[in-house]
Amino acid sequence: MSKSLVPTMAQMASEGKEPEILFWVGCAGSFDARAQKVTKAFVKIMQATEIDFAILGNEESCTGDPARRAGNEFVFQMQALQNIETLNMYKVKKIVTACPHCFNSLKNEYPTLGGHYDVIHHTELLQQLIEDGRLKLEGGGTFQGKKITYHDSCYLGRVNGVYEAPRKVLEELDADLVEMKRCKTNGLCCGAGGAQMFKEDEPGNKRINVERIEEALETGAGIIAANCPFCLTMMQDGVTGKNKENEVMVLDLAELIVDQIN
Amino acid sequence: MIQQILFALVSILGFGLAGRQFMKIRRNILLGGEEDVSGNAPQRLRNMLLIAFGQKKMFKRPIPAVLHFILYVAFVITQIELIEILIDGFTGQHRVFATSLGGFYTFIISFIEVLSLGAFIATFIFLIRRNALTIPRFKKPEMKGWPTLDANLILLFEIILLVGIFTMNGTDTVIQQNNLDPAHYPNTGNLAVSSWLGPMLFGGLSFESLQILERAGWWLHILMVLVFLNYLPHSKHLHFLLACPTSRGEMENMPAIMNEVKSMMGIGGDDAGTDMAMEEELPEFGANDVFGLSWKNVMDAYSCTECGRCTSVCPANITGKKLSPRKILMDIRDRATDIGKKLDSGLDNYKANPEAPLTKDNFDDGTNLFDHISREEIHACTTCNACVEACPVLINPLEPILKLRRYEILTESAGPADWLPMFTALENTGAVWSMPTPRDQWATDMVSEQAESN
Repeated sequence: MSKSLVPTMAQMASEGKEPEILFWVGCAGSFDARAQKVTKAFVKIMQATEIDFAILGNEESCTGDPARRAGNEFVFQMQALQNIETLNMYKVKKIVTACPHCFNSLKNEYPTLGGHYDVIHHTELLQQLIEDGRLKLEGGGTFQGKKITYHDSCYLGRVNGVYEAPRKVLEELDADLVEMKRCKTNGLCCGAGGAQMFKEDEPGNKRINVERIEEALETGAGIIAANCPFCLTMMQDGVTGKNKENEVMVLDLAELIVDQIN
Repeated sequence: MIQQILFALVSILGFGLAGRQFMKIRRNILLGGEEDVSGNAPQRLRNMLLIAFGQKKMFKRPIPAVLHFILYVAFVITQIELIEILIDGFTGQHRVFATSLGGFYTFIISFIEVLSLGAFIATFIFLIRRNALTIPRFKKPEMKGWPTLDANLILLFEIILLVGIFTMNGTDTVIQQNNLDPAHYPNTGNLAVSSWLGPMLFGGLSFESLQILERAGWWLHILMVLVFLNYLPHSKHLHFLLACPTSRGEMENMPAIMNEVKSMMGIGGDDAGTDMAMEEELPEFGANDVFGLSWKNVMDAYSCTECGRCTSVCPANITGKKLSPRKILMDIRDRATDIGKKLDSGLDNYKANPEAPLTKDNFDDGTNLFDHISREEIHACTTCNACVEACPVLINPLEPILKLRRYEILTESAGPADWLPMFTALENTGAVWSMPTPRDQWATDMVSEQAESN
């Protein structure tokens, strides 16, 4: 077994322990180089705040969301039923994930398939930690007075109605939070949802992430905060396409917070 | 007496013809498959009050919302007056409620008049918005022809209806003020608008002219209502009756697939996996036609107001892709209407099996929904839910799009080739990408990274 700082459910179970919460990493968080940084940042925050958590490790499988949105119900249910079996075997009660697509499947689509868990998104956990005083940020940090704009992901925002928790976290950074014209319920998609991440665009006059990044740049913000690994990729592509990668950073909330806690 | 007979004939004909057309719409809606819409009644009632009567979702865009609200309230309240018109018409009386209700009658008719005046102004602003201004959502390709005419026609009908009401009330007021025939024209009290508009427009006319104009206004009103009722089934304005809010739809789990997957995995009850194996023909999954959608999906299509709020917020449409959620709904309605007409024709060449009678279960006209909706359109959807959020009558355009995708992937084994590696990776490795490294490699990496930084 590889030496790791992050316990798996299997290791915990072998020691007769049940963690307080399962961290659902997701495919992007596990394999995508950019999203791995978010995973690591979030793990550091959980370790720093002494949260009793574990991951499924190699027993985790894709939630099946992209298959379902593409129309492949067969593959979705294969993934879902397998995951539910694993989760129920470990008697998982509470799950946190840094991916809004995983979040939505686990929270809203697994219950009718026999998987009932208390699922929260990592931005909600961050907000709770701040509210409970468990997570203390250094005052006058790096972001004080800097302009940050927040991009609502569709599956955390519109689909699940989580708009305030991530914004409250950003307020803690003492930054100047500037909203894009299309935000909250009117937020514009980054272009990755519905399994678009895995295919080329249909013919049109613009890529969706370009439309969105133009709006984000209009705010004059130096940081675009996101909550979804696919949004991160799309927004970063947009910034790079505009040759703004030296001026504008695209960061997940966990990455913004982790720098402030040392 | 002649007037009474004529009224009875016209009304019965008007209501009868409209009723027949509504039955056809019902039939067309039921071309769709079953869907259980029971559950959470209090929530539904709340939605109904807020969204249908309160027009809550319209108010995201305040200007059209206020205008539409005036029109809508005026329309609903005016129907109270229709009750009187019907009773008067059949019995040959004049303003049957005026004497018995007294001051309350004056209040109700005045209320209707004030709303009608507001509606008159709103209608003109709407005509300007539709025709003189360039509001992008009214100019999309799917709006060419009938949809644009439909939107203007209803506004024209509204104006004619209002002209009828004010002619009827205005001349009546002048007749009363001059005490020309108090036995036939009971005192309605001072009506809020007609008490000044009537003398302004009709003052000084002879009793005979006033009588004729009063009748003309009255007939115009009832005829317009009957025309409207018959026009409704062909129009986007069916939303008056069909916009029935339901809770936000979640994706259904497709029991046939669940059984198959469970039997493959060796889990589930005894009946798992038997359903599909027992069937002789390969079952169809998803929808390639109205028959594969649910009746709720088809009713959604018939209740679409073609306002285009969905299309104006669709990321695919905004960036020039062909997909327009509004067009998807319009296509479903057109196809359902098309099937309905073909079923009515009874022609043999629409039969799947020539021996059996032509029914919705024995129907094949050689086309399907994919002849209306292209693959390119359904592939462009990001499932971002912006259209669902935007719809003022709670239509879910995403649902039919996903059902079409399901048909393509599950029944035809087609769809974007780019998705195949993702499906294969999921089936073989449980991740969306086929990766050589373990899923928790990042955790192992963290150890060495921390060692380095120390």
